[in-house]
Formats: sequence, C-alpha cells, structure tokens
Amino acid sequence: MNGFARFVDAIDKLDRRWVFLGVGLAVVISSMFGLTFPEIPTPMVKAVFDKIESLPAGSRVLLPFDYDPGSEPELQPMADAFVRHCAEKGLKMYFIALWPLGQNMVVGVTSNILEREYPHLRYGYDYMDLGYKSGNEGVVAVILTDLKKLYTTDARGSSIDDIPMLQGISSIRSFDLILNISAGYPGLKEWIQYAGTPGNIPVAGGCTAVQAPLLYPYHPEQLLGLMGGIKAAAEYEALMKDRFADKYRGHEEYLSALRRMGPQTVTHLTIIFFIILGNLTFWYLRRHRAQAKLR
Amino acid sequence: MVRQTIPLMITAIVGFVLVVAYFIPHPPFDTLREDFAIYFDIIASVAFILGAGNLIMMHGSKISKRDKSWGYSAVTVGGFILVLLIGLTKIGNPDGFRGSSVTAEGSYFDYVYRYIFRPCAATMFALLAFYVASASFRAFRAKNAEATILLLVAFIILLGRTFVGTLLTSWLPDSLFFLKIPYLAEKIMTVLNFAGNRAIMIGIALGIISTSLKVIIGIDRSYLGAD
Repeated sequence: MNGFARFVDAIDKLDRRWVFLGVGLAVVISSMFGLTFPEIPTPMVKAVFDKIESLPAGSRVLLPFDYDPGSEPELQPMADAFVRHCAEKGLKMYFIALWPLGQNMVVGVTSNILEREYPHLRYGYDYMDLGYKSGNEGVVAVILTDLKKLYTTDARGSSIDDIPMLQGISSIRSFDLILNISAGYPGLKEWIQYAGTPGNIPVAGGCTAVQAPLLYPYHPEQLLGLMGGIKAAAEYEALMKDRFADKYRGHEEYLSALRRMGPQTVTHLTIIFFIILGNLTFWYLRRHRAQAKLR
Repeated sequence: MVRQTIPLMITAIVGFVLVVAYFIPHPPFDTLREDFAIYFDIIASVAFILGAGNLIMMHGSKISKRDKSWGYSAVTVGGFILVLLIGLTKIGNPDGFRGSSVTAEGSYFDYVYRYIFRPCAATMFALLAFYVASASFRAFRAKNAEATILLLVAFIILLGRTFVGTLLTSWLPDSLFFLKIPYLAEKIMTVLNFAGNRAIMIGIALGIISTSLKVIIGIDRSYLGAD
C-alpha cells in the first residue's frame, strides 16, 4: 500500500470522535455568527397559516401539546408561533395534553407568551388549560362525544362549569380547528383518526421532522396542513413576520426557528461532507484492492 | 375454565360493541363505546401505579443484589421517590398544598422539571445529531445501485431541508423547475414517500384487522398467557 492509499485508509477508519468534533464545531461556529437564511414557505406550511388566518375572531381552537422537553428544541418554535398567531387573531385557545409533560409545555407558553406579550388576554375567557389526562386515544374518543365526562376541572383545579369560555361546549365537535403539536404517540395521527375524521373537525399541526413522512399520507383530506420540524417552523415564522410586521419588528427573539436554521444548514452540509468523504475513500480503496488482487 | 372464559367473553363483547358502534353510532352502542373508553382511561391511569411498582421492584432487586451498574438503579429509584414526594406534597408551592397546581411556577416540582429534567432530556435528544453524522459517515456507502439511489435521495432531502438547496439550483431557468432541489425534495416526500407509506399503512391496517378479529373471536388467546 502506497503512502496515499495509507492516508485514504486512515480516513476510512477515522475515529468517530473526529466526526463528533466536526458536527460540534459546525453547530457552535454557526450559532456564534448567528447565521440566518431567508425561508420560502412551502404549500403545506402555507395551508396551516391560511387556515388560522381564515378563522374569524372568537373561533375555538383546540391546541393539544403532545411533546416533552426531548423534542422541545425542535417543536417549541412552532408552538410559540401558533400561540402568537391565535392570540393576534383573537381566537379562543383551549390547551390540552396527552403526554404527561405536555402539561409543562402548556405552562411554558402561557407564562412566557400569553401572560407576558398579551396581558389583556384573560385565563378562562380567552385561553384555558384542560391539562393532562392519561388514556392516549381513549381520551380523544371520549371527548369527541362528551368533554365533561372526562374533564371535571381544568389544569388549575377550577370547575369546568365555572369557566366562561367552556359554556355551551359539550364536546370537541364544537371546535373550529384542532392544532396539534406532536412528537410521537399519542399525537397528530390519533387526533386525525379519533377526532378529526369521525367528528368532521379540521385538523392541522406540526411534528418532528422524522415523524413527518408518516403523516403526509393524511394530507390534504384528513390533514389540512403539516409542519415538519424546525424548517417548517422557520417558514411559519417568515409568514408571521410578514403578516404581523409591527409585532415582530425589533423582536428577534420571536424568530427562534429562523435562527436555528443556520446551525441546521451548516450541520447538514457537514454531514454531507462526511458522507462524500466516506464514499470517496470507499471507492478508492475498493479500486485499489481490486488492482492489488489482479497483480 | 372460568379464568379463561370470562376474559374471553369480556374481550368478545367489548370488541364487538366497539366495532359495531363505529358503523352504528346510535344508542345503545354509542353510549357503550363511551363507557368502554372511560374504563380504558381508568385502567390506563391505574397502569401508572403498576408501572411505578414494577420500576421499584426491578431496580430494587438490582440494588439489593449489587448487580453490575446497580448505581444507576439507585439513582433511578432515588430520583423517582424524590420527585414523587415533591409532587404529592407540593413542597414549595407558592399557594400551599391545596391552593395550586403541582406544576405551579416556583414550586420544587417546577425546579426539578426546569433545571434537571428539561436540560437532561434536551441533551439526550441533541446527541442524536452526533450519532447520525457518525453513522452516515460509516454506513452511507454507494455499494450497489439501491444504496446509490438511497444516497442520492438522502442528499436531495438534506439539501432540500435547508436554504442551500434553494441556492444551489436557483440559477436554473423556470422551464427546468422540476430539477430544483426544493421541488425535488418536496416531490420525494409528497409523492414517493406518500405512496410507499400509504401502502405500508394499508398493509398494517389489514394486519391489525385480522389480528383483532382473531382476538375478538377467541382464536388468539396469547394475551391470556395461553399458546
């Protein structure tokens, strides 16, 4: 084996810690420089945005937060954008969680966004939190016909009968939209199968990028629009920035997905670089070994 | 005999009612379906207690036997008991024991969630990026035609999920729009992936129907512990 072949062989057997270092540097450096890129909204994301835009003020939106801190970096930007959009449009928000820690995610958006940015919105009148219930799709199946059979109090312990924005609501069939944020099971698929389709309730939502391919088959009949991963959240933020220019002006913190797309882009390029490097070494060594055999 | 017959009858009746209720959503089937769904929710809630008991038994046994890596078990059990106690007693809740939710801001439960669980969970998820990169470097090799197609698709999706994809093919004239990377990425996801996934979903659904029928009519009794 000549010197170059030995070098290629060394690259081929590269310790994985060098790959880790490459990815780490890609994330750190791109974050340090605050790289951002323009986003062009795709039809799926535009469909979710347009649906919320089309709802008149006072429409009821059910917001199931079915994710936990593990997927928070990927899903929180879209959850924030959904909540801001609903608040700007004057829609009534009903939070619910099928994941135990989804409840904490709801507390996060109510305290970080609704209470801080929209202090005029009142709990119980403009938004409310039904909290977490165990039972996965079983919960969805029950509240499709009778909400009060499962929920007697909200997450804060108040009686459902005392909450003004729940007056006149017997089941989730009264809702104008289900806007789910999902990190797996139970999630968007269960809301489509057990609420959206049988109850004829429009369903849209966001999910992690790895989950998106499994949900595309429901679009467009059963799922109005789908936002897959941080890229879709960035596209949504771009739409929000254009639509609510006054609100977003001077508030870079509202564009967390757009900021995260910089590191994601650079990391994707780093991964592509490593794949190409791996294939070049593979082809070279295969050819080199074949020639050596012939000799 | 009774130990087998009663569970089999419960399964058959509940299964039959749930199937019929889907097609005849009227009394008594719709109310029965609702009731069964509530029973399911109650059982799911009780399963938490079983789960907790199982966790204590499994890890307790490892600790008592001083198994290899028993230290991790001790941390698991310790963490579980600590969080359970904090949650049940609502220690540090601003409005006291009865006044507020267990997750109230400022409570010890909130601190544990915010400063221990949340960063740990996010860290675990973030590690995926490193392992994906390492695995891609090692395994994503164009060894044959199928692997080469897979590799090309991966490139298109990876680039299509970022602005680089738009940038790389922005010079193409509009007449060649079908060669632009974002367009290709979208079509791969919404046409090829769509078709493949629907086929898999239909296959799985048919499998679930046949398995469910076997359970409902009592052919498959494996859930009872029988063969």
